[in-house]
Formats: sequence, structure tokens, C-alpha cells
Amino acid sequence: METIYTDLLSIGAGLAGERVAVEAAVAGFDTICLSIVPPRRSHSSAAQGGMQASLGNCAMGQGDNPDVHFQDTVKGSDWGCDQEVARMFAETAPIAVREMAFWGIPWNRVVPGKSTYYKGGKQFEKVEAKEKEGLITARDFGGTAKWRTCYTSDGTGHTLLYTMDNKAVEAGVRVHDRMEAISLIHDGETCMGAVARCMKTGKLRVYLAKATLIATGGYGRIYRETTNAVINDGSGAIIALDTGIVPIGNPEAIQFHPTGIVPTHILVTEGCRGDGGTLLDVDEKRFMHEYEPTKAELASRDVVSRWMTHHIRQGKGVPSPYGNHLWLDIRHLGADHIKTKLREVEEICNNFLGVDPITQLIPVRPAQHYTMAGVRTNKDGAAYGLKGLFSAGEAACWDMHGFNRLGGNSLAETIVAGRIVGIKLVEFLKGYEVKFNTQAIKDRVAIDKERIERLVGCKDGRENVYAVRNAMQDQLMDKVGIFRNGKDLQSAVDNLQVIYERSKKVGLHSNGIGASPELSLAIKIQGMLRLALCVAHGACVRTESRGCHAREDFPERNDGDWLKRTLATWKEGDVLPTLNYEPVTKVIELPPGDRGYGSTKIIS
Amino acid sequence: MTRRLTFNIFRYNPQDPESVPHTDNFVLEEAERMTLYIALTKIREEQDHSLTFDFCCRAGICGACAMVINGRPGLACKTLTKDLPDEITLMPLPVFKLVGDLSVDTGTWFSAMNEKVESWVHTNKKMDPTVQEERMNNALAEEIYELERCVECGCCVAACGTANMRQDFLGAVALNRIARFIMDPRDERTEKEYFEVVGTDEGIFGCMGLLACEDVCPKQLPLQDQLGILRRQMGWTAVKQLFHIAK
Ligand SMILES: Cc1cc2nc3c(=O)[nH]c(=O)nc-3n(C[C@H](O)[C@H](O)[C@H](O)COP(=O)(O)OP(=O)(O)OC[C@H]3O[C@@H](n4cnc5c(N)ncnc54)[C@H](O)[C@@H]3O)c2cc1C
Ligand code: SF4
Ligand code: SF4
Ligand code: FES
Repeated sequence: METIYTDLLSIGAGLAGERVAVEAAVAGFDTICLSIVPPRRSHSSAAQGGMQASLGNCAMGQGDNPDVHFQDTVKGSDWGCDQEVARMFAETAPIAVREMAFWGIPWNRVVPGKSTYYKGGKQFEKVEAKEKEGLITARDFGGTAKWRTCYTSDGTGHTLLYTMDNKAVEAGVRVHDRMEAISLIHDGETCMGAVARCMKTGKLRVYLAKATLIATGGYGRIYRETTNAVINDGSGAIIALDTGIVPIGNPEAIQFHPTGIVPTHILVTEGCRGDGGTLLDVDEKRFMHEYEPTKAELASRDVVSRWMTHHIRQGKGVPSPYGNHLWLDIRHLGADHIKTKLREVEEICNNFLGVDPITQLIPVRPAQHYTMAGVRTNKDGAAYGLKGLFSAGEAACWDMHGFNRLGGNSLAETIVAGRIVGIKLVEFLKGYEVKFNTQAIKDRVAIDKERIERLVGCKDGRENVYAVRNAMQDQLMDKVGIFRNGKDLQSAVDNLQVIYERSKKVGLHSNGIGASPELSLAIKIQGMLRLALCVAHGACVRTESRGCHAREDFPERNDGDWLKRTLATWKEGDVLPTLNYEPVTKVIELPPGDRGYGSTKIIS
Repeated sequence: MTRRLTFNIFRYNPQDPESVPHTDNFVLEEAERMTLYIALTKIREEQDHSLTFDFCCRAGICGACAMVINGRPGLACKTLTKDLPDEITLMPLPVFKLVGDLSVDTGTWFSAMNEKVESWVHTNKKMDPTVQEERMNNALAEEIYELERCVECGCCVAACGTANMRQDFLGAVALNRIARFIMDPRDERTEKEYFEVVGTDEGIFGCMGLLACEDVCPKQLPLQDQLGILRRQMGWTAVKQLFHIAK
């Protein structure tokens, strides 16, 4: 078996993985990142909106500072976050943004003078100060008291990722792309690296490392409809869960976005509604004002998503070969406005739907969007349970997002956590030596080889891996979505357990030689079901509503019983995860209160 | 009337000794708003589980899905079937190493390119986290962004006659990248240093100026302009080199 030694193995070469890797490489450590795709294709590139940092340079950001950013973040999380982490995050974000500027990001800058902007369908004017000219500017993004979202036109994630990878190339970080980690090597106490499968040749390879980092991004693809890239299928969370020791924090904390286009669920910005766009049903009638008389389409992201789903369930959806959807109407905003202020939307509609939004309706429906859940770590990014294992970025539950992530806070998390965890990891690596337990390595490789042989040889059956995955996605989408209730959640758990048994009988319908996309999915399908069960079971047990976790049968946020974080582990041979709980935060700087938006009923 | 689409897809698995390059045909009912991402995924899941191709963002952002679509390199996720005839022929990109069927190894090619052109800001300054950022004119930031929009999809490389003939040709994408750094005041490289990277036959002097690259670029990057500017600039540097006056 080909074996490669390194100091730091980062599983993931998106923004978070590469930021940590850069820190280690600059400190002189040998560093390798694994990635399913070439690093610059990681899903970080898809973020268009921007990232939050309280620089306070632009007119609408005046008076902003880390305190305000901290408060927005904690409120946003519905008090589900670790406040110590949120504090570190808010303090470090401005430094991280400037660091990225130093490395080459062409951030948009303050242009002095008058300009106009839209809010709530109305036009306003603002004046940028002369003395701020040329400093990094910011735009508006939901849920924040100040304009704080730094951006580069419509490609913030893209420029961040390209600049980060440039820095990684300079620092000598080696990226092994098309190399998918399929298990962690550990002896119950220490993590020693990972087994990976080459997606060019199909060969297995062992990576032994002093420290291993999981930075694999979100796991949206366990849902049928998601804005996430097709590679975001949770393999990072799966290999952590498979250790039986490392917990997934708050698996039930999943965010949805109201307007993914149908069929591909590419996201169109909420700016459409902000600028006056409306939602229509099968009769081409508006409906949001019936549910939310004052705010209508301008209600918050989760509220709009919920009513859209509800309205489709009432039989008001538009049928299509891809299932029912609703319409987004921006025709009345006019060609001028659409071609300038909503240019990306115009492009997305024309390129990916063949729809001209100036004259036609846009087919939309809510889609899974963000995974607050993830590999639970402490504030240094060290995973619970195994020495030498770390996690950062969307893959981690570091936990600055709690039950709801604010737009623009996740890109910021990747580079801020990447910086903080990177520094801590370097401290850890200094003077640390690991003993590689050859028995543990041999055993792990044997298990993985055997798994693959059984799948290729159809030793356990010939279940179609795609059919099994689709069945799982349907359960989550339909029953563990935006609106949740005990009955549906329990039914999802029951059905997922049946599908889990089916997943154990999967066998390949192709020969599995070489890159084999079918084998790649088959290897993780059981893990995907275990993860899906963590989400569904976690949601079922949490009998309150908090942030994105909205229970119809328990509409109140219940701080008395539920100001705590779910920790899900999976013991080998079990049919359900084990759920434990811990207090959400050790330090309470901002006591639980009202968010000022969304549901306001609180039990304290 | 829904159309029946016929896909003629190049098939070859270089890892399988029994595999030989050939074309397979798949028939699919067209549905409204269908892109090649939707179509190929459906074919793989319903007709042939071994069909290999690359998609990642499926939103025209990541550059993973470039292939030759009815003779022309393009992003498959950004291609609607309604814009294509009933017969659709799909081939992998040339120049890059084949992984299998429609999937090629762009990662190795692009990481080599990034190393070769030293695609990063070269500076002797040290980052000071306690001070305000250096100012930049917003118009300049937007100009840099304009060139930074490249998604490393490889379409321009696949369409380029020179790149198809010589493996060592840097391609329009690399030349565009260099132009991006020349424009960026944060990069302290001298004209002479840039010249060493691109002032060669592998670089700007290998380019025949036929501009197939700009035609196929899915991001509509102004490659023609950048190649022209570089050729003039590097031509000048070459002259200055002769007289040893380039810095
Ligand atoms: C459409 C969209 C728009 C968004 N817009 C914004 C925005 O405007 N602002 C904002 O703040 N946030 C936004 N987000 C969220 C934000 O983009 C992500 O949270 C963030 O980029 C995640 O970065 P990451 O480094 O954690 O993971 P990713 O960038 O997803 O990287 C994951 C890496 O892990 C690798 N990987 C995964 N599994 C394995 C494995 N098993 N083996 C080896 N490698 C593996 C992948 O190849 C990849 O390199 C958006 C998200 C989406 C989906
Ligand atoms: S103009 Fe130059 S780079 Fe572009 S296709 Fe022609 S030879 Fe290639
Ligand atoms: S320049 Fe255009 S065609 Fe070439 S790699 Fe970049 S985006 Fe693709
Ligand atoms: S899949 Fe990302 S560009 Fe097509």
C-alpha cells in the first residue's frame, strides 16, 4: 500500500482547509491537502454575496465594531452559539479581511459621493465620506445592524479561494486533488491520518500525519434540493462519525434558502425580494401577504421559506417534471433595474433556465443551504474525542453559528477559524511526536479493502445506490425540512432506518474499475444514512424551536430545557445515534433575549 | 412536443485493460429547462452507472465541467439542451490527460501553470495586522477583478492550436493571469521578472493570435486585449533586454 507521511493532513482544500494549511506550511511544517476536486473548484468559490467584518468604512457601516458584530452573531444564532468563539470570531474578522487584501484580493473600495440603494422595495440615497476613499467597503446582507459584508463584485468566494490557493502554492502546500478520504486511522485515542481513494485510478493510499484536519465543507447533498455543490455529500462528517468517538454537534441545525431555481437549485439572491420582487403561486397570485400581512415577501429568510413550503403543500404549487414549485416575479422592476442591480440574476435565469426574467417568471422553491452542524471541536479547533484531529470551516461545529448562520458569516468563518485554528495547530505540532500504531493502520486498510470488494462483487446484494440515496433525500426533504413536527420526524426516523438496512445491501451495477463515480458513492452511502439519521433523530428529540429548527408542535424557544448543544455519536452496530448534550456556552456575555425578528415566544 | 435527444458520448476507461475508446448512444426525453448537467446525471443514474464526467457547482462558477459539446469546448452545466439539436455529441477536452469518458485531469495542468507563472502577489512587505489596509482605487480593484474572473476551466487551452501542438505552451489562461498581476500594484515583480516567465516561445511569443481562446471562454474574458497588451509590452522588454536597460 502506498503510504505518505506528513505533518499536517488537511482533508479539504476549500477556504478553511487551505487557510489552516498555509499557517502550518509557513511555520515550516510539511503540509498536504486532499480534495475531491482541484482546490479552486471547492464550493467556497460559489459564494457570491460576501463576508462580514466590522471595518466600518462605508457610510452605512459607520460606528460598526466587533461588539456589534458579536451581538448580531449571537442573536442570529438564537443564542445557540458558543459566545467565547463568537467573540474571538468578531474580533479577528477585520484582521482576516485585511490579511486577504494583503495577499491580493481586489476588494471593492469606498467611492466617495452620493449613490442610491434599495431596501424593502424602496429607493434610498447615501453619501460616502471623502476621507474613507479607497478603504475596503461593505454591502448589506440580512440580519445585521450595519452594512458589514465585504465583497468583490459578484465573486467574493471565487476571489478569496483563488487568492488563498495562490498563497498555498507560494507557501509550498501540496494539494492532492481527486483524492477522497474514506476513513480516519485511529486507535481510539489518537488520530494518525486517513485512508484515501484516488479518483483517477481507484487505488487506495494511506496518509499518515501528526495532525489531521477535517475541512470538507457542508453536507447539503443529503437533501434532495440544495444549493450546495454536487460534491457536498458529507464525507467529512461521515468519517468522523464512523470513529464511534467523535461527535457531530447539533446535526439538526440546517439552514434553508427560499429561492433556489428549479430544477438545479442554483440560488438567486434575496436581493430580488429586497428590491421589490414578489412570489406567485400556480394561479399567478401573490400569497405571502396572506401569511405575513405586514412584511409579506420581505419577512426573514426562514419565515419566507416556511410559508412557501406550506403554500406548496396546500396544493398551490406549479407542477413541473421536477416537482412543484412557485414563481418569483421581478418583471415589474423593469429591464434597467434588472440589467444593472440584478445582473447576476438575469444571467442565471438566461443561462441555466432559458428564462428571461424581464418578461418571464422564475421557477423557485426553498432548498437546503447551510450546515451549522459539524464535527464538534473546542475553541482551538481540536475535535472532541481524538487527539491530533482538528476541524474548521463549514465542516466544523466550532460553534459560532448555533442554530442560524448569518449571511456573510460563513465565508468569514473559513478564514477567521482557519487563521485561529491554524495558529493553534502549529502550537500543537511544535514538539509533538506521534507513534504510528501499525496494527491500527493495517486493520483500517483491511476494512476499507473489504468494503470495496464486497460492493464490487455484490456480496451483500444488488441494491441500486442511486435509488437508496434518492429515498434518503426524499425523507429528509419532505419530513426534516423547514417545518418540522414530531409525527413527521418520527416517521422520517423510522423510514430512514429501513433505508439504512437497504444501504447495507448495495452492490455495484458497473465494474468499479478506475475513477468509478458509482463506487465513490457506494462507499459512503451507509455513512450518509447514519448522518441522515443523526439529523432526523436530533431534530425529533429537540422539542423546541430555535433559529432554523422550527417545530410546529413546539413553536417556542425553550431556554429552560434546551439551551444546549446536541452531540451525536454512532456506536458500531447501532441503528440510531447516541445523543448527548452539553451547555451551549461556558461564557455568557450576552444573556438570552429576543432576536427582534422571527418567532418571539421564549420559555426561560 | 417533447423531443427525444440522442447523446453520442465518448467512452474510454484508461484503467480498465478491457476498455477501448468508442462512442455510446443514449436516448433521453427532453424536459423543460434541461441543462447538460441534468441530462448527464439522469443518464448515469438511470441508464449507465459507469458514465464518468465532472460537475461540481453546476452553476457555471467552478469550471469543473468543461467538455467538447458538438465540436465546441464549453461548460456543460451552463448549456441548455434547448439550444442544441436533437443529436448531441460529447467529447472530453483535448490537451488534458483523460481520467475516463468525459472527465479530464485539469488539476495537474493548472497547478503546474500556477507554479510556473508564480501566481501570487510578490512582495517584500510584511503584513501588520494592527494597521488599516492600504488604500486602492475602486476602479482599479474592479479592473483586477475583471481578469481574476477566470475559472480555470481549460476551454481556452482546449481550443488553442498552439496548446494542442506543444505541451509546454502556457496558454491564454496563463498569459491572462500574468496580465492580472502586472496590473496589481501590490505585486512588486519587475518587468524583467515577468519577461522571464512569459517572454518566451512557451509564453506570449508562441501565441499565433488566432483567438480561438477568447471565442470559447465561458467567462468572456478579454483575452484578445490582454494578449495584445502583453505582446507589445514583452516585445519592448525584449528590445530593452538586448540593450541591457530593462530593470
Ligand atoms: C450557493 C452558495 C452561496 C453562498 N454564499 C455565501 C456568501 O455570500 N457569504 C458567505 O459567508 N457564505 C456563503 N455561502 C457559504 C460558504 O460559501 C461556505 O460555508 C464556505 O465557503 C465553506 O468553505 P469550506 O472551506 O468550509 O468548505 P468548501 O469550500 O466546501 O471545501 C471543502 C473541501 O473539502 C474537500 N472534500 C470534501 N470531502 C472530502 C473528502 N472525503 N476527501 C477529500 N477532500 C474532501 C472538497 O474537495 C473541498 O476542497 C454560500 C454557500 C452556497 C452553497
Ligand atoms: S490567440 Fe494565442 S492563446 Fe489564443 S488560441 Fe490562439 S494561439 Fe492560443
Ligand atoms: S480564460 Fe476563460 S476559457 Fe480560459 S480557463 Fe479561464 S475561464 Fe476558462
Ligand atoms: S459544474 Fe461548476 S462550472 Fe459547471
